Amino acid sequence: MSKENKLELYRMMLLIRLFEEALEEMFSRGLLHGTMHLSIGQEATATGACLALEKKDLITSTHRGHGHCLAKGADPYKMFAELLGREDGYCRGRGGSMHIADLSNGNLGANGIVAGSLTISVGAALSLKMQKIENIVLCFFGDGAVNEGSFHEALNLASLWDLPVLFVCENNQYGMSMASENAVAGGSITQRAESYGIKSVSIDGNDVEEVYETVSKCKEKIKSSGKPMFIESVTYRYRGHSKSDRNLYRTSDEINFWKEEKDPLKRFIGKLTEEKVEIDELKKVEVEVKNLIRESVKKALESPESPKTNLEEDSYA
Amino acid sequence: MPEMTTGQAIKEALSLCLDSNDTTFIAGEDIGVYGGAFGVTDGLLEKYGHERIKDTPISEDVIAGLAVGAAITGSKPIVEMQFSDFIVNAMDPIVNQAAKLHFMYGGAVNVPMIVRGASGAGTGAAAQHSQSLESWFCHVPGLKVVTPSNPQNAFDLLLASFVDPNPVIFMEHKLIYKLKSEVNLGPMPSDSSELGKSKVIQEGNDITVVSYSNMVNSVISAAKEDSLTDYSIEIIDLLTLAPMDSESVINSVEKTKRLLVCQEAPASSSVGSTLISEVVTSRAFKALNQSPELLAGLHSPMPSAKHLETTVIPQEEDIVQKIKEMIENEQ
Ligand SMILES: Cc1ncc(C[n+]2csc(CCOP(=O)(O)OP(=O)(O)O)c2C)c(N)n1
Ligand SMILES: [Mg+2]
Repeated sequence: MSKENKLELYRMMLLIRLFEEALEEMFSRGLLHGTMHLSIGQEATATGACLALEKKDLITSTHRGHGHCLAKGADPYKMFAELLGREDGYCRGRGGSMHIADLSNGNLGANGIVAGSLTISVGAALSLKMQKIENIVLCFFGDGAVNEGSFHEALNLASLWDLPVLFVCENNQYGMSMASENAVAGGSITQRAESYGIKSVSIDGNDVEEVYETVSKCKEKIKSSGKPMFIESVTYRYRGHSKSDRNLYRTSDEINFWKEEKDPLKRFIGKLTEEKVEIDELKKVEVEVKNLIRESVKKALESPESPKTNLEEDSYA
Repeated sequence: MPEMTTGQAIKEALSLCLDSNDTTFIAGEDIGVYGGAFGVTDGLLEKYGHERIKDTPISEDVIAGLAVGAAITGSKPIVEMQFSDFIVNAMDPIVNQAAKLHFMYGGAVNVPMIVRGASGAGTGAAAQHSQSLESWFCHVPGLKVVTPSNPQNAFDLLLASFVDPNPVIFMEHKLIYKLKSEVNLGPMPSDSSELGKSKVIQEGNDITVVSYSNMVNSVISAAKEDSLTDYSIEIIDLLTLAPMDSESVINSVEKTKRLLVCQEAPASSSVGSTLISEVVTSRAFKALNQSPELLAGLHSPMPSAKHLETTVIPQEEDIVQKIKEMIENEQ
């Protein structure tokens, strides 16, 4: 991987981290209505996966989707505007944090329903296949989603019909308060995929290069074989499930271990410096990302509210 | 009488259910150590243990199916849909199974179960976490549908639902959880006769305003507005939507001659539209001095932005305005 490529991975992880930290700050200032699900700690999976895709490859996302959205090319200004209920937001203030969609960059949307996007990704893949479009659909979902019936229906059909879907399970080890190990009978998520005849692999989801390389390989393989594939990307969320989580189901030692030892940004910075990337180059990226966030927030706060008219008409095309 | 929130009152009722019947368990997502997404079951795990407070994987279909299977084999389960929107994933066990088994089997089984869930908007949770889907269930023969509006009636109605031998859909509006009042923590009732009874919250002669769930609270505050002090407003809380107590509304309308129904859900095929059709096809029709009105949520999914959300849901000012319009119209 070229140095430019690596710096791009770094830039994107940092953008996601700082974007969500900015949201936290806005939330604490009472600027945001509703709740949100932060992916702080999980940036490597969204970044590695989306940067390995082409613009015309599609993704489906989850309630914890800010990272996916940014990494697929979204404009942070339009995302902030969406969270603030502004007209310039991706969904004109109608969707909010949990429903941002950015069709122009191939993001078919975040989804508030656990496993809600799995069956949709299968339909999107069928549509690509029938239209002879040589792109793939990357379907993100959490470890919690694998216990919904729609997970099983989606995998089964994608496999039966040879559809170009890359299923990416972000296993952050909890579905809200439920530890994945207490929720997944048989213990293995990849085995479930294998049982549907889908080749699968489990990777370190906090190693951005490993994610990038695995997704790149899977993408090529899906294109050549026409068959779906499955990645379990093991990661960890630092923040509560949403804004109202007291974190009673896990220890602060566990959280600190992941923050200290496994943080995707820290690890990647360490690696880049080992590879003799100049600190100045990293600093330059950091300054650029910080400016982008600052300016995007400012512009979003100054942008006009979404008008109250036409809500009923807006329900139909 | 102790003062408590609706959330706490529901928890008290759940405790009483668990105490009164050894076969009763509660199952749902994050109801154990997390205490429920809205804190309703907080502390029950410590008190009753994992055998009876069952955290499930994210699997609504089996959560509801579990209740059906347990209910037809001698248990009295209570299950939770974390947000009532997710009941969509559990429609088969509820609609095709729970609602129909008693009838289809010629009365050979009962299906005594409760599906509780947090409904409604106002928290910025957007389109997939804010719906008021209660009328869907009113449409299905075999189900009872209950929508409390405050701590006391939540407590009483949950107990009545528990002793009822039928499947009950119990929709708890998110905004009622934190409402606080004194609650009379009475004993387990001997029958479910409280279900199907509406309640007159305030008597009046100029107009009957009917509502249910959290919208009742908006109606009560609206009626206190200065601009309405000259009017005598009768307020009815439906409480149970199926079976619906239209008879009490008909009686009230015969007296007041005006009917306004207020609800958060959209109007089409809704509780309000059904109630109005029952009133206008009843003996109260002749008493009406103008057509009844339905003040409902817009026919739109719930937007996330606060200013748009309040546009979709009828607000107190809208209710005040509508009541004035209807009364002044005729004077
Ligand atoms: C069908 C459905 N059930 C329950 C929920 C409530 N809920 C939202 S996210 C979540 C946990 C999801 O866990 P996971 O899939 O592992 O994703 P994570 O939050 O860990 O990113 C739950 C229970 C929901 N949104 N949709
Ligand atoms: Mg998870």
